[in-house]
Amino acid sequence: MDLASAKMIGAGLAAIGVGAAAIGVGNVFGSFLESAIRNPAAADGQQGRLFIGFAAAELLGLMAFVVAMMVMFM
Amino acid sequence: MAAETRIDPMHQFQISPLLGNLDGSPFVFTTSALWMLVILALIWLFMMGGMKRALVPGRWQVAVEGVTGFVDSMLSTSVGPEGRRFLPWVFTIFMFILTANLLGLMPFALVGVHPFTVTSQFTITGVMAIMSFSIVLITGFWRHGFHFFSLFVPHGTPFALKLLIVPIEFISFMVRPFSLATRLFVAMIAGHILVEVFANFVVQGLNAGGLVGPGISLVAFIFIIGVMALEVLVCAIQAYVFALLTSLYINDAVNLH
Repeated sequence: MDLASAKMIGAGLAAIGVGAAAIGVGNVFGSFLESAIRNPAAADGQQGRLFIGFAAAELLGLMAFVVAMMVMFM
Repeated sequence: MAAETRIDPMHQFQISPLLGNLDGSPFVFTTSALWMLVILALIWLFMMGGMKRALVPGRWQVAVEGVTGFVDSMLSTSVGPEGRRFLPWVFTIFMFILTANLLGLMPFALVGVHPFTVTSQFTITGVMAIMSFSIVLITGFWRHGFHFFSLFVPHGTPFALKLLIVPIEFISFMVRPFSLATRLFVAMIAGHILVEVFANFVVQGLNAGGLVGPGISLVAFIFIIGVMALEVLVCAIQAYVFALLTSLYINDAVNLH
């Protein structure tokens, strides 16, 4: 296998992490919605924590994207 | 035909000089600088139009008061009553990131202007993250002196566990500016690449002709509409997250757990 095709395969493998982060982000919002429907009065106060969890989960997916880009272009 | 046109999604992030050349002097007026000036002018117009102090506010004044009140309440819920002292910085980055993100999405290419997303450059987001981080460090050391290092030691930890937790807390503290900057610029780059690739599908499908080509173009075009709506949401969320995380880090420095 030559280097160029190995790079492409590596970038594709690195992009799997983006899908894994999608599960994480969906989990964050899903759990929030589940508990917000049970207690709507407390939901507004937890919006900041919701976005902190979202940011933490999303960052890892973006890191996977960065790794894929670095494998492809560097 | 279709095989020859190679998609180059990274081309849109290239900075080109407008005055001077890039390898000569360090002071070059680039497209990035031009778009930053446009952002500054837009924010200035927005603020000047609404800062009227009318007793019965008009629409514009309500919009400006809404944005400032939003950032103010975010700071006061996460930092407390002292959070208002940091309002200028948090409001500045919130407005700058929001305007830059939204301006990069505008379809100026229809009138021949190439839009440039300033926040898709690691230098810009990195400088903003380093400034947030230095505000945290300066505030922490100013208010608490060397007691600031107790940030790395949670209360009531057994000694054996401290040996493990302190390095982890230190690393997670030091990686903050990097994660803050990376999140913003990668989210912008990823969204623009996605739109660019699918926009290329539209053009290539029309070029291919036949029966299948225009169909693929139509599907890709509908997909782009959805992605653009998502991108507007991401623009706002990224600006909000950057400001929110900055105020949380400031809370660490002000209140020390």
